[in-house]
Amino acid sequence: MIPPEGQPTPLSRSALNGETPAVAALARRLSAAHARHAGHEEQSALSFQKGFAQSPASLHKRNEAQSIPGDSVNSPTFDAFAQAAPEASSTGYPSPARVFIEGARLNREDAEILYREASLFLLGALAHQARLSLHPQNIVTYVADRNINYSNICVCACRFCAFFRPPGHPEGYVLTRPELDRKIRETIALGGTQILMQGGHHPDLPLSFYEDMIAWIRDTHPGIHIHAFSPPEIVFFAEKEGLPEEEVIARLIRSGLHSIPGGGAEVLVDRVRRLVSPNKCSAPRWLGVMEKAHAQGLRTTATMMFGHEEKDEERLDHLFAVRETQDKSGGFTAFIPWTFQPANTGLNRPPETAQGYLRMLALSRLVLDNVSSVQASWVTMGPHIAQLALYFGANDFGSLMIEENVVAAAGVSFRLSREEIHSIISRAGFVPRQRTMNYRLVDQAPPRPAAG
Amino acid sequence: MFDSAHYQRLGLGRVHERVMAGLRLSPEDGEALFACPDILAVGALAHHVRTRMHGAKTYFVRNRHINYSNICVNRCRFCAFRRDAGQEDAFSLTKEAVLQRALDDNGHPFAEIHVVGGCDPSLHLGWFEDLFRSLRELRPHAVLKAFTVAEIAHFARMEDCSVKDVLIRLKEAGVAMLTGGGAEIFNPAVRRRLCPEKITGSEYLAIAGKAHALGLASNCSMLFGHIEAHRDRVEHLCALRQQQDASGGFVCFIPLAFQWQNNDLARELKREGQPGGKEESGRDGNMDFSVQGSSPSPLSAPADSGLDRLRTIAVARLLLDNIPHIKAYWVMLGVKTAQAALLFGADDLDGTIMEEHIGHMAGAEAAQAMTRTELEAMIQNCGLTPVNRDALFRTVPVTREKVKEELEKLSSGAIS
Repeated sequence: MIPPEGQPTPLSRSALNGETPAVAALARRLSAAHARHAGHEEQSALSFQKGFAQSPASLHKRNEAQSIPGDSVNSPTFDAFAQAAPEASSTGYPSPARVFIEGARLNREDAEILYREASLFLLGALAHQARLSLHPQNIVTYVADRNINYSNICVCACRFCAFFRPPGHPEGYVLTRPELDRKIRETIALGGTQILMQGGHHPDLPLSFYEDMIAWIRDTHPGIHIHAFSPPEIVFFAEKEGLPEEEVIARLIRSGLHSIPGGGAEVLVDRVRRLVSPNKCSAPRWLGVMEKAHAQGLRTTATMMFGHEEKDEERLDHLFAVRETQDKSGGFTAFIPWTFQPANTGLNRPPETAQGYLRMLALSRLVLDNVSSVQASWVTMGPHIAQLALYFGANDFGSLMIEENVVAAAGVSFRLSREEIHSIISRAGFVPRQRTMNYRLVDQAPPRPAAG
Repeated sequence: MFDSAHYQRLGLGRVHERVMAGLRLSPEDGEALFACPDILAVGALAHHVRTRMHGAKTYFVRNRHINYSNICVNRCRFCAFRRDAGQEDAFSLTKEAVLQRALDDNGHPFAEIHVVGGCDPSLHLGWFEDLFRSLRELRPHAVLKAFTVAEIAHFARMEDCSVKDVLIRLKEAGVAMLTGGGAEIFNPAVRRRLCPEKITGSEYLAIAGKAHALGLASNCSMLFGHIEAHRDRVEHLCALRQQQDASGGFVCFIPLAFQWQNNDLARELKREGQPGGKEESGRDGNMDFSVQGSSPSPLSAPADSGLDRLRTIAVARLLLDNIPHIKAYWVMLGVKTAQAALLFGADDLDGTIMEEHIGHMAGAEAAQAMTRTELEAMIQNCGLTPVNRDALFRTVPVTREKVKEELEKLSSGAIS
């Protein structure tokens, strides 16, 4: 994308000068599809409202109802999955196919044209339009959770990672039960609804260690939602134990696992993975774990960490791979693109710009028409760009992140309080609402932190 | 999508029409731009104008900021930099120390030397004249940009002479340009609360006009995001535009976002519970992993002000049709917000800035320096074209590296 000297690139050209014919045609097609959808929505608003009174039957309904202080099982959900199909599907969550907006699906060539040629403002406006189709309410959600890294001991040695320590390193740790307990208590006291547990690939811990840990959390803190173990960890457990991945997932579910985070996806292209994370599972295995988890009724997220060794077309490969899996198994609740943070890592390159991030975010919203939510990443881009991201396709502000160690290790140390997140969302013109991992809204008034 | 129908739906039909036709916007248009909920629509207009004026060019400068003294007779309430004489951390640089800073350039000469400080009653105009003559001798190719108009007024009072005499003496000593600071917000009621001792808004404009008449260029600025209303911002911008029509010497407009640490106004606003007013905390970068909740945030920039900052920069670009450049001052905005600002009307990132105190003492978070290579790469990664400039926005034609490169090519026979 090297432009002639002094000429704007698509990253920088004026949207008021018009777009290329191919981009203009795509923009017309998308706008027409979303306008039709809006008309259809209005007509069927009444029938949808009936659906609001019911919650989607979920495997974890019992846990959810317990986990959210003041939350009612009957509280309205706004999630497009839930709206479109209040009745449970056979896999335990509503069918995602209904999110699809007729006429708005982009094929690979469409996506390439938009990525290469569209002005950034047009991409943003198209993505925002798609976001409003899926989430017509003027709401931006966030989750209050704590990132608990149960261990930093890892044999992967990914080049982008500043967090891990090799086995035997004096700074290596595994959290003890009292430490875990304290962290979870604090999370609940702060109105948190879930813990996100990820760690390294620890060479010595058996699967039973993780089963025991999860079961202990479930029994000690039955209200907390356990969002844990990214696919590379599941694959690592399976290989270590010589078990099929399905079995590992089933055993973790029996121990109390509620959902799987979308980490470790990096860029889902094996050429890139070999360069940046050679010891982590392949792209097909990552997607396979998610498919198997979805088949067992777990919902998961999907992430993309970009801005390192990948080429532009490999970013698109990633989006289409996630979309294809979602078409098959449908359990992704959200897509979370975020940028590689180079400090203290083995990869030396300048950090992705705000322009590059917003472009990728908008394109994600447009390509992933079957994934309900797209998250802004304030942790990597800072609160200002995350606020702008709410106009580039993001409908969710991610997490309050009561604790975040991994990105902080790479030199980025933005932190936000609940009040700040509310204020960021409000001043962007949206209503902030806390949600659960399954995108159900939590009672409006955030609980006060417990005294002491 | 960004066509006239779109803007008509947003109530910006007239603004869109006038922007496309290159016509001047009214104060009401400015207020309509602040009121429009669609930030992309506002940004796209500003970016259109920026592209029409500068294409993809994005300016930066290899510069050195020298804050010669923090002793100041004014007590501006937003300032974290000033000290009284005799206070523990008050400082005033010697002539040698100033010269040393200007010379300390790692072999890559500065294109701009930026000198500002407090209104220090112990430093007389003659001291600066002598200092600047030495500076000019040692660094003849650096454009000397010195003093806000507030300092100019201070010298006139101290020397008991006219502003014009001060300006003439400084010009003769080698000053080419005044800095843009000291404008704050012109609205008198706001200004009384911000900086009661400082020159008034009309004095600011009058002094800038006198400088322009003598052939001295200047920048101009606005300090926003504290107690002022959108209307105050619009009126401030229109006052600058009117002055520019009359005297024409403003080169670059600098929107300065109010910083929220270590100053009286911030403390006062935090007590009053203003949006963005947060408890204070250190910014030493040490993460506290204990409980967060409503605990203090290390962000000095109110976390919720991103869109407001970008919008203000965009409105400035759209209203200031007669001022060539708009600065995204990365030191104060932060790097990523400054990048976005380059698509919301700004065309300049300021500089490599070897040392900066005034913003950082009020909590500005960005690193104090970026190398020229880092700045150039960053601009290119934003899809823009870096232009190395001097203080007057003249392209710096041949850098020392470039000369070296050419010589090497010559000696290797690559150029016949």
